[in-house]
Amino acid sequence: MNALEVHDLTVSYGDIRAVKGISFTVKQGEIFTLIGANGAGKTSTLRALSGMLKYGGKVVYQGAEIDDIAADKRVGLGLAHVPEGRGIFGNLTVMENLKLGAWLRKDKTGVAEDLERGLTAFPRLRERKDQAAGTLSGGEQQMLAVARALMSRPKTLLLDEPSMGLAPKLVQDIYRVVREINAQGVTIVLVEQNANLALKIAHSAAVLETGSISLTGTGAELLSDPRVQAAYLGA
Amino acid sequence: MEYFAQQAINAIQLGAIYALIALGYSLVYGVLTMINFAHGDLFMVGAFFCLIIASLFPLPFVVILVLVMLSTGFLGALIERVAYRPLRSAPRVSAIITALGCGLVIENLVSSLSPYAKPMPALFSVTGYNLGGLSISSLQILIIGVSILLMVGLDFFIRRTSFGMAMRAISFDSRTVPLLGIPLNKVISVTFLIGAGLGGAAGMLYGLAYPVIAASMGVLVGWKAFIAAVVGGIGSIRGAVVGGFILGLVEVMTVAVLPSTYRDLIAYSLLLVILIFKPYGLLGKAPNQKV
Ligand SMILES: Nc1ncnc2c1ncn2[C@@H]1O[C@H](COP(=O)(O)OP(=O)(O)OP(=O)(O)O)[C@@H](O)[C@H]1O
Ligand SMILES: [Mg+2]
Repeated sequence: MNALEVHDLTVSYGDIRAVKGISFTVKQGEIFTLIGANGAGKTSTLRALSGMLKYGGKVVYQGAEIDDIAADKRVGLGLAHVPEGRGIFGNLTVMENLKLGAWLRKDKTGVAEDLERGLTAFPRLRERKDQAAGTLSGGEQQMLAVARALMSRPKTLLLDEPSMGLAPKLVQDIYRVVREINAQGVTIVLVEQNANLALKIAHSAAVLETGSISLTGTGAELLSDPRVQAAYLGA
Repeated sequence: MEYFAQQAINAIQLGAIYALIALGYSLVYGVLTMINFAHGDLFMVGAFFCLIIASLFPLPFVVILVLVMLSTGFLGALIERVAYRPLRSAPRVSAIITALGCGLVIENLVSSLSPYAKPMPALFSVTGYNLGGLSISSLQILIIGVSILLMVGLDFFIRRTSFGMAMRAISFDSRTVPLLGIPLNKVISVTFLIGAGLGGAAGMLYGLAYPVIAASMGVLVGWKAFIAAVVGGIGSIRGAVVGGFILGLVEVMTVAVLPSTYRDLIAYSLLLVILIFKPYGLLGKAPNQKV
C-alpha cells in the first residue's frame, strides 16, 4: 500500500488556477520531494493534502479516500503538516506549543515520554521551554514546528520549505533531523525551492512548474538531469 | 473619608459586573477578531433567564446561577453557529452588521414578550453588615465574590488547560490550529459559550443589585463594558478585568463628588485620554505581538 496517491489534483484561488491537475504517488516510508520555483504551486499542493484548502481531484491516504475528511481529522489519521512559515504560536510558550501538538492523544504517559524525547532531540528547545515561542530564532522556530508535528506521532509528515530563511549550518541540522525521522519509519513529503538539498535526501521526486508536474524520477535521477540542473541547480 | 470608602464598595461591585461583561467581548475578539455586538443583549437575557427560573422554581442561588450561565451560554454559542459562522470569511462589516442585527432581534423579542420593566425577585433575604462604620450587604459580598471567583476560574482555564491554550493559539494564528488536530469550530463554540455565560451571570448579578429589569437594559451597559474591554486592551483577559474595574471606579467616584449628570462625560473623557496614550489599551499588545 502506498502512503499517498494523488489523482488529478487541482487547487484554485478564485479564477487563478494554482495547481492544474497533478498526480503522483508517495511510497510508504520514503522521502518524496516536490521541487519548484516561486509560485509553482508547492504550498497549495501541501495545503490540499492536509485539508487546509478545498481542492479538486482525489487524495488516497493509506489506501482510503480522505477528500471528505476535515483538516483536524486528517491529523488523527497520522497525516501531519508543518506549514510554510512554520505556524508557531508566538504568544504561547515552547512547551505549550509542543503540548498542543499532542491534542488528539489520550495516552498521557506516552505524551510525556514524547515531550521528553522532543526536548532531548532539540536541546535548544529545552533551554527555552518556558519562553514565549515568538522570541525564538528562525531556526529554533523551525525545530519547534517539526517537534510539535511529531507530537501527534504522524505516519506521514508534510514539510513546507523547512530550509527557508535559515543559515546553511541550520539547514544541515534540519535535514539531518528529517532523515532521522524518516529512518524511524515516517513517510516524508518535502516541498523545497532548495532543489539541491532536497534531491540529495529524496528517494523519489517530482518537479512542479506553474501548477503542473514536468518531471519525475528518483532523487538521484533528477539531481543529474540536465534540465533540472539548468533550471534549479544553477549549473 | 468614610464616604469614599463606602463608595469604593459600590465601585467594586459595579466594576466587577462591567469586568464580567467585558470578558465576553474580549474572549470573542481573541478568537475571531470580531466584536460581538449582541453581547450586551445576552447580558440582558441573563437577567431575564434568572427572573424566569427563579419565579418557576425556588432553587438556591448557586443552582440558578449555573442554570442562567448555561442557558445564556448556549444562546451565545447558538448565535455564533447560525449567524456568525456562515459569515466568517465575509467582509468584516457584514459580521458587524449581523452582530448588531442579532442584538436587535433579541432585544425586540424580549420587549415584545415583556413590554414593561419587571421587578427582579430577591433570591434570598439580604442582610446588612457593619464593618467599622462601613455598611456592606450580603448581596454585595455575594456579587463581588461570585464575580471574582468567575474571573479567577476563567484565568485558570485560559492559562492552564489545553482548551485555554487552544483559544490562545487561535487568537495568534487560527489557520494553523486545525493542522494540530484541534477542531477550530468546537473551540470557537466553547469560547462563545463561556463568554455569553459570563455575560449572563453579569446580567443576573446586575438584576439583583438594581432589581428592575427591562429589554433595553443591555444597550448602555453593553456599550460601557465594550469600552472597558477596549480600554483594558481588547483580546486581553486581564485587560478586560482592569478596564471593567477602572470604569466602575470612575463612574462611582464621579457621582460621589459631582452632579450625576457629569458621570458619563467624565468617565468617557478619561477613557478616551487613556486610549490616546495607550492606543491598544492598558494591557493590549500591538497585533501579533500578543505574548
Ligand atoms: N491565498 C491566495 N490567493 C490567491 N492566490 C494565491 C493564494 N495563495 C497562492 N496563490 C497563488 O497560487 C500560486 C501558487 O502559490 P503557492 O504558494 O502554492 O506556490 P509555491 O510553490 O509554494 O511558492 P513559494 O516557493 O514562493 O512558496 C501563485 O501564483 C500564488 O500567487
Ligand atoms: Mg510555498
